[in-house]
Amino acid sequence: MGTNTPCASCKLLRRRCGKDCIFAPYFPSHELHKFAIVHKVFGASNVSKMLLELPVHQRPDAVSSLVYEATARVRDPVYGCVGAIWHLQNQVSQLQMQLVVAQAEILWIQMKREEAAAAVLLPQNGSEPYGNERALAHLHGESIIELPHELIVEDFGSDSSNYVSVQRVPLSTI
Amino acid sequence: MPIGKFMMSGAGSRCAACRYLRRRCSKDCIFSPHFPSSNPQRFAYVHRIYGASNVAKMLQRVSEFERSHAADSLHLEAKCRVEDPVYGCVGLISRLQRQIHNLESEIAMTRALVMMYESSLDRRKGSANGH
Repeated sequence: MGTNTPCASCKLLRRRCGKDCIFAPYFPSHELHKFAIVHKVFGASNVSKMLLELPVHQRPDAVSSLVYEATARVRDPVYGCVGAIWHLQNQVSQLQMQLVVAQAEILWIQMKREEAAAAVLLPQNGSEPYGNERALAHLHGESIIELPHELIVEDFGSDSSNYVSVQRVPLSTI
Repeated sequence: MPIGKFMMSGAGSRCAACRYLRRRCSKDCIFSPHFPSSNPQRFAYVHRIYGASNVAKMLQRVSEFERSHAADSLHLEAKCRVEDPVYGCVGLISRLQRQIHNLESEIAMTRALVMMYESSLDRRKGSANGH
């Protein structure tokens, strides 16, 4: 052994820790447990191959994720960190349902608001045919221009039908 | 090539692990129930990440009933690691955690809007009744 302290992997594997040891930057000698756990699950040669396939700047993150996975596997030999993935996926599904419910509530309340606003603005005798339309436009922040009746009103259906459509004329067209 | 070297166990063919490792597949092969020859990729992933002997040790560590679940999870983790050599399935965990955080924020905002609309609706009803 040289004058340098061997890294955790070389200590555990009982070998000389050379200057170019692939493990030395990521498994310092005082963190024996980290290497022990990845060696137990993945094996030193597999870890070495995985690190060699990566550029140097990505190796620290790779080591951290390998330690995480190995720890999860030792704690739960059946599911490893797949157990955590399933748990999180269930949480996501539940939250998505909660969001849909909350959004449906908003739609329902918006409908109720529009009905309430229309009820307030509609006069009792019903003489103004465009009351609801104007109330809704007001709610939506739109501006409509009152044009002469003969220019804008179209009748649909039979004479007995009171349905008319009103053409909105945006202010920008004037 | 001597035929005896590739003696089949029973009436079936070798499992994917024994095919990959080029060895005899015995009746009590620990891999064969979980790595069928119809899916060679499944064993290829776990062998690449864990190695055959580590997989065998991990399967032996759990009860027979739980081995299929263990094999499935090992396969999933190995596949994630092959697809993402830096983060493996830890990358998926991070993404799910971020998704949960975003959903919780959105739910909180939506519920705040619901409360705001409900109180404005109550005010409108109140003013309508007052007339």
